[in-house]
Amino acid sequence: MNGLLLLIPVALALGLGGLAAFLWALKAGQFDDPDGAAGRILFDDPPPRNKASPHD
Amino acid sequence: MSIAALAAPDRPALVPAAENLCLHCGQALPAGAERFCCAGCAGAYRLIGELGLERFYDGRLLDVRARPLRPETDEASDVAAYVAAEAGDVKSLRLVVDGLQCPACVWLIENALAQQPHIIEARVNLTGKNLALRWRGDAAEGTRFVELVRRLGYRVSPYEAARAADRGLEDERRLLRALAVAGFAAANVMLLSISVWAGFNGDMGWATRDLMHWLSALIALPAIAYAARPFLGSAWRALRHRRTNMDVPISIGILLVSGYSLYQTILGGAETYFESATMLLFFLLIGRYLDLRARGKARAAVDHLLRLAAQPASVVGADGILRRLPAASVPVGATVLVAAGERILVDGRVSDGCSSVDKSLIDGESLPAAVAPGAIVHAGMINLDAPLRVTVTAAGEGTFLAEIVRLMEIAEHGRSRLVTLADRVAGYYAPAVHSLALATFIAWSLAASWQAGLLNAVSVLLITCPCALGLAIPAVQVVTSGRLMRRGILLKSATALERLAAIDAVVFDKTGTLTLGRLALQPCGIDEASLRIAAALAAASRHPLSRALRAACPDAPARAAVIEHPGEGLSAMLPEGEARLGSRRFCGTIDAPDDGLPELWLALPGRAPQRLVFADSLRPDAAEVIRALERDGKRVSLFSGDRPAVVEALAASLGIADWQAALTPDRKYALLAERTARGEKVLMVGDGLNDAPALAAATVSISPASGADVSQAAADVVFQGSSLAAVTEILAAARRSGRIVAENLGFALLYNLLAVPLAMAGLVTPLLAAVAMSASSIVVVANALRLEGGWR
Repeated sequence: MNGLLLLIPVALALGLGGLAAFLWALKAGQFDDPDGAAGRILFDDPPPRNKASPHD
Repeated sequence: MSIAALAAPDRPALVPAAENLCLHCGQALPAGAERFCCAGCAGAYRLIGELGLERFYDGRLLDVRARPLRPETDEASDVAAYVAAEAGDVKSLRLVVDGLQCPACVWLIENALAQQPHIIEARVNLTGKNLALRWRGDAAEGTRFVELVRRLGYRVSPYEAARAADRGLEDERRLLRALAVAGFAAANVMLLSISVWAGFNGDMGWATRDLMHWLSALIALPAIAYAARPFLGSAWRALRHRRTNMDVPISIGILLVSGYSLYQTILGGAETYFESATMLLFFLLIGRYLDLRARGKARAAVDHLLRLAAQPASVVGADGILRRLPAASVPVGATVLVAAGERILVDGRVSDGCSSVDKSLIDGESLPAAVAPGAIVHAGMINLDAPLRVTVTAAGEGTFLAEIVRLMEIAEHGRSRLVTLADRVAGYYAPAVHSLALATFIAWSLAASWQAGLLNAVSVLLITCPCALGLAIPAVQVVTSGRLMRRGILLKSATALERLAAIDAVVFDKTGTLTLGRLALQPCGIDEASLRIAAALAAASRHPLSRALRAACPDAPARAAVIEHPGEGLSAMLPEGEARLGSRRFCGTIDAPDDGLPELWLALPGRAPQRLVFADSLRPDAAEVIRALERDGKRVSLFSGDRPAVVEALAASLGIADWQAALTPDRKYALLAERTARGEKVLMVGDGLNDAPALAAATVSISPASGADVSQAAADVVFQGSSLAAVTEILAAARRSGRIVAENLGFALLYNLLAVPLAMAGLVTPLLAAVAMSASSIVVVANALRLEGGWR
């Protein structure tokens, strides 16, 4: 029974962690563009020689 | 779309470096051009090279049906008015991007913009086809960024129709949040419940069990309070309007099960049902989310139409200077310039210029019509050949296009009062069950005690908990629509299947529905050598007839130095003299008999002009589909806006006895409305803008994906591909799913007939009720899953 007292909070914490991660992802807009997000991973970043910093 | 195009057996143009294709836009090169079809494409290619983003060309998937990626030469519109100021000197701007085809486009635009000075963030949304920009500096800089995207070949306009789309997105997010919370609660409560059940044979102490119950209550109750809101809200709205819907028994069931479980927990009772309540909520929310996502497609189509209206019109001022004005605010009487290839945005009369216009969006007519000064043009037509000046007679809300959209909205409004089968069943079910529960409570209270009355009344409500009923219909719909979607058929409306199963008549539109809406060269006795010369000339033009000719003889090399005579035809010098391809007047055969079919004439030096006839080709299986429908006992009719002669010939060849031609959109709508008012259940299949009101007025409607956006928005079902067999397939699926729904409802009724008397008699304990409830849900879902197998 002592194990239970440890395992229940652990299980709940893991579940809550997952829930929080999902809600954060949703809030951060990661579910706004399912089509684009699916394809984005297929493309590398452009060659660095042309990459300019946003402040110059 | 591009992935599907890639998988198709006839792979579309995918390799931009092919011999006779433009390196940038992938379209066929006009005669004499090398590498690029126009200066705009050459500029875009150079620009992409300078930015170091050439890999765009390796990674992209060209969709040949989409608008080509060809930069337009018109001047940039000033977007400064749409720029929003944020904190500091940060500015933001949202734009609609037309021409986005695949993730490579996203990559190209984002990286091209990221290299620009001052840009903080450039983010393309492929689903919503829009671009969000943030930068530091001047609002006027926005125009520079827009110009860059335009030079790459995309069309850009300010994001105006934002509000409606954003509301849909917010609904979707709220449902996803509820879904996440319900899923979390269901999983964790089930974890605790299983340990209680595992200890049921006695080796779990009562204190541990109570702890589990309290933990379950602690997780489940807040989660239910949050995640059940979509159902509670809908049920409350229905009750306030003195109606019932499926959400009423669902809400009452969830509330009672949670309330009863809490009561049991406080008393230290043996059984709670938090896991049933949260699981039920989780599954019902999944169904609702899928439903909302499916309907998002319709939302996107309507959105697109609104964006179309957001393109500015070029107004010629009194001083002769061009100004870009929003189409809706062009004054009546003003003169608007419409470039070749541009969409006409106002209703008006041509004051200058000869051209031809593509009217297919307005009346389904697939042939371009010639226009000359004095001709009337409507918003939504596309100007094909030469620039036109149009004197405005109506703009914005006053146009014929807006009129059609209004008619469609009225018709749709009438249909929204249709009650779904599930809600109709709930209308009988809920009062019956609730009065039985009340009767049980009263009877037991009088005969024994009120505690016994409450226990048995709750067990009546538990055992009739609308799980089975709530799942009986949605499960079938989800399985069927998933199955159809994999075959390129999109079910937009939740009630389409039950309405489809009941139809007894089918009305077809002609152009684009029974036919492909594409012209094809007919056999007309022209010799092969002449045909090759004609096709070589036609390669220089983007006119639909030229393209059809090109399609008939694709391997003829494009000829150099072809001169295009706007509104007349093409000419080129051959070694033996001048060759002409074009109208009968252009080729000097004005006296030849005219049967009204679209035609081109080819005049070769030293030979009599030869005629090339074109016709819209039938969908390959149209006749077969119509025979199958008639075998099924459906009454088949053909309503077209096209000329009577053409419609009659087509009706005769397909064996359709009942046809009507030259119908205006409101006449079509009236005919459909009349037939449905007589109680006929009519399925309308159509694609044009002129069909949209009729589609909305029919009992149920189907539109091909090649149709106008607005008709897809009005239709209940949209199918992709060139095969009309989708119609019979949809009907077969509807019949099949109707049968399964009837079985499910029958099973739910039978189950209730057996279980309710037992519960009323006090013979069913809450534990048994819960098991029976789950078992009945499983039976119903398993029955729905039978639809997955068994199809051919």
